[in-house]
Amino acid sequence: MIEVDVALSRGDFDLNVSFASSAGVTALFGPSGSGKSTLIDLIAGLARADRGRIVVGGRVLADSEKGIFLSTRKRRVGLVFQDAMLFPHLNVRQNLRFGAFFAPRGARRLPMSEVVDKLGIGALMDRRPIDLSGGERQRVGVARALLAAPDILLMDEPFASLDVARRRKAMGLVEMTRDLFGIPIVLVSHQIEEVMRLAGQVVMIERGKIKEVGAPEAIFASARPENPSERFGVGSSLTCTASDFDARYGLTRLHHPSGEIFAAGSVATPGAATRIYVKAVDVALARKPPLETSIRTVLRGKIIRVAGGEGPLALALLELAGGEQLYASLTRMAADELQLAPGVEAFALVKAVALDEREMAAG
Amino acid sequence: MNWSDFALTPEQISAIELSLRVGLAATFCSLPFAVLVAYALARWNFPGKMLFDAFVHLPLVLPPVVTGLVLLLTFGRKAPVGAFLADHFGIVFAFRWTGAALASAVMGFPLMVRAIRLSLEAVDPRLERAASSLGAPPPAVFLLVTLPLAAPGLIAGAVLGFAKALGEFGATITFVSNIPGETRTIPAAIYTLTQTPGGDMGALSLSVIAAGLAIGALVASELLARRMRPRRKVSS
Repeated sequence: MIEVDVALSRGDFDLNVSFASSAGVTALFGPSGSGKSTLIDLIAGLARADRGRIVVGGRVLADSEKGIFLSTRKRRVGLVFQDAMLFPHLNVRQNLRFGAFFAPRGARRLPMSEVVDKLGIGALMDRRPIDLSGGERQRVGVARALLAAPDILLMDEPFASLDVARRRKAMGLVEMTRDLFGIPIVLVSHQIEEVMRLAGQVVMIERGKIKEVGAPEAIFASARPENPSERFGVGSSLTCTASDFDARYGLTRLHHPSGEIFAAGSVATPGAATRIYVKAVDVALARKPPLETSIRTVLRGKIIRVAGGEGPLALALLELAGGEQLYASLTRMAADELQLAPGVEAFALVKAVALDEREMAAG
Repeated sequence: MNWSDFALTPEQISAIELSLRVGLAATFCSLPFAVLVAYALARWNFPGKMLFDAFVHLPLVLPPVVTGLVLLLTFGRKAPVGAFLADHFGIVFAFRWTGAALASAVMGFPLMVRAIRLSLEAVDPRLERAASSLGAPPPAVFLLVTLPLAAPGLIAGAVLGFAKALGEFGATITFVSNIPGETRTIPAAIYTLTQTPGGDMGALSLSVIAAGLAIGALVASELLARRMRPRRKVSS
């Protein structure tokens, strides 16, 4: 459980944020310069708020009214930086020992061998940070933070310096940390896919203020439907069951109550529940099941509403068979010509190539 | 001229031995203070920081004779600080080799501080923050993270200070005079030889030795710094 209620003013930047979260992963989401990293600094004690209170797991880290301000080293926050910040003059083992050595005596400490084992860094112990890849460094950084027995892990854009393929692995690392070690995580990110996959709760920040707090599905589904021109941030997450892998074409068939979804590559073991994220701009709509088309994925549903207005674009929200919702971005002209209105049956066409198989999640 | 002209006299050998002693003492005694001052200048903001910075750099810009005179008026036998140290701790600087070491340390101090400050400023403060977030108290952060990372600059600063101490002349001769075996370091011995008829060859051989010592110190520091720098292992 983490409670944050802080205000800070620096020049022409004002931060005024208040939220509470008991999710395994709480994502701070927003454009750069919105105050996400400042918030991390405040929680970590690297910056001091003008006013406010920060409580992590029942411990008061800062309370301006009571004059409480714990120093960084007394806060028991594990910091995971973008570039891991391993000590370059120490090898991996010494870096890890540094974390373990200064862990508070009474804290719930994780055995080094267990952390090393689970994060798969046993073979790296005698190497120097300079001899590690970006992903390896990241794993060692997480291990080092865990060994210091933190009450919370703060991850400031931990994937930003990794390419897309490595990023997927790194996300697995965060999931593993969340699930195996049971330490709450605050994750700073500006990637919707990342947040959708990892977070239980999203704190959306813009210009130092909270815009929304809630579950990722709710937040991203309701992402400004009233303004169809801001279509690129809108998307929906669907829960499917992997059915089989077509080796001849290299496609995975995912079963969804509203239809079959095809994804490139072997993305999940048959039978596993899989969550996919469909961007509104990758969905086309048809009134009848299309006959000859390159698109294999056709999902059946009903229009809930169409947001149009005066601009060139419209955003349609469908309720798919099975109850999940899907956004589709289209031109207002198409919406009018197809006579899309609440209650109308429609077929959503999703390009398999638009689904990013590298960012699909089991679960 | 023959090779025996280059043979060192006992006086010259004593000057070399004295210079090394003075140089090492000056370097090692002033190093901790130089690190402290460099750290304060690199990491802290305090009122009067500019003034403090200027004061530290004074020996670099003042005529060495003036520095020597200030030392004489402060640490001389009858001077306030000098008398206090002599009466309470038995430490005497005036006309002793320790005074030569003090003069050399003061003259080399700004050079050491500059080199160390640069390397401290190059240490990524985020590494120090990472260390404190892991629970390390500030002295541990300094000793285990900051100092090792600044080590190449520390070595460079120490070598500069040592080389400066070997070459120091003006402040030393003003403060502790030119006493054979006690305060006659290599530069003072060279100066004395040039004032003596027929002393040119002796002055020249001492000069060669002084140059050799300075170059040796530089090479040693470079080798040390290379060993400390983390390098990527070449995998075959």
